[in-house]
Amino acid sequence: MSVEQDQRTIRCLVAKVGLDGHDRGAHVISRALRDAGFEVIYSGLHRAPEEIVQATVQEDVDVLGISILSGAHDTLVPQILEGLEQYGALEDTLVVTGGIIPDEDRPGLKQAGVAEIFGPGASMNEMVAFIRENAPER
Amino acid sequence: MSQRALVEDLLNGDHRALARVITNIENRRSGYRDLVAQLHQHTGTAEVIGVTGSPGSGKSTLVDKLAATYRDRGLTVGVIAIDPSSPFTGGAVLGDRIRMASNIGDMDVFFRSMSARGTLGGLSTATADAVKALDAFGKDRILVETVGAGQNEVDIVRTADTVTVLVPPGSGDDVQMLKAGILEIGDVFVVNKADLPGADRTVQELREMLQYGDGDVPATVGHHAAGDAVSSLDADDDTEADLWEPQVVETVASEGEGIDDLIESFEAHADHLDSTGERERNARARYAAEIRRLLREDVSELVAAELDRRGGLAQFVDDVLDRERDPYTVADSLVEPLADRVDRNGD
Repeated sequence: MSVEQDQRTIRCLVAKVGLDGHDRGAHVISRALRDAGFEVIYSGLHRAPEEIVQATVQEDVDVLGISILSGAHDTLVPQILEGLEQYGALEDTLVVTGGIIPDEDRPGLKQAGVAEIFGPGASMNEMVAFIRENAPER
Repeated sequence: MSQRALVEDLLNGDHRALARVITNIENRRSGYRDLVAQLHQHTGTAEVIGVTGSPGSGKSTLVDKLAATYRDRGLTVGVIAIDPSSPFTGGAVLGDRIRMASNIGDMDVFFRSMSARGTLGGLSTATADAVKALDAFGKDRILVETVGAGQNEVDIVRTADTVTVLVPPGSGDDVQMLKAGILEIGDVFVVNKADLPGADRTVQELREMLQYGDGDVPATVGHHAAGDAVSSLDADDDTEADLWEPQVVETVASEGEGIDDLIESFEAHADHLDSTGERERNARARYAAEIRRLLREDVSELVAAELDRRGGLAQFVDDVLDRERDPYTVADSLVEPLADRVDRNGD
């Protein structure tokens, strides 16, 4: 007989993409997610969309959090989402974004597949609770 | 997706299936054992290299450069990078991926971060199983990277065919190198950051320490004087020729210096494993250890189930606290049904 015990841990990728050197927020969030008991993979700065896709697929993360403060979200985020789609990874990855994203751009991103957008002032508890509730069942 | 379909997709080269198989292994998701069992017959072609060394010694950077060099030579690469997890929350920040800058967008380098999820021995099982998944997928070289401190990590590194230990320059005097686990596990030693002052001395000290050997194992050929050439043809020379002399290689991983030399050392060690039959001996020992480990885990889970059935540990602790019973008696009584069964089978 075999005794098996499910030991699921939520895995997150915190991603910085494009020419955006502001990573304080990504660090703070990585730490908060770690303290919530998640496994956090941090991408490092200046990643290309294809690198984020590669990391998301290989690490098989439940959650992809894209931090973007450069204003290039309308270009870079859809590129990542399309890449995930190609690998069949979009359907069961929870994609959230944070950083500086103007209100008028939000509906477009959400329609493209972003589940939630956390702007300045979003609370950590709120974010952790959102992830716990919405992390995909696999 | 069914287990069988998942295995099929993995064997057909689907990256996502490979990633999901490793996730199931890590989560010990129900059915993962069947999954690994199905993979086993497809394994045995990859060369597995363990990379260990203290935090900041340059493991991740070295792994990145090794992966890129292997790719230049037309080989596919799998990487498993292990970081510690918090003993308090179980959370972890896995940062080794940041250094993988030389392999951007190259899916033929499959990089996976893993954390120690806290179960005793669980990590080495999960790592060994993840290596199997990469092996079955068809990776030519698999690099397993871990901080080399403690029993658990040494166990992980032992799943590798070749173990390389990174020693940063100026990492203390030669006594530091005598500490358990450092000199014993390495097949190839790397003095990384060899452009830093003190590197020469570290290389020299390392060579000296390695030459002392460990007791009955002569690590040098020093006593073979030139006149011994004839006697060295004698049969008893076999045992000495069979011994691998650990090598010391200098690298500057960030600049890619010394990587070719290092790969050459890995290959020399791989040839040595093949020519001496050590590869098979190691594999036998590894599988024996794996079976033992699985048995240990299974039995401890059976005992845990028995404990639950009897209402949990707390009441037994109460009894022990009140001096009504002692820990030995409690353990004996919990194992009793199992022991009974074993005794009966023995009759």
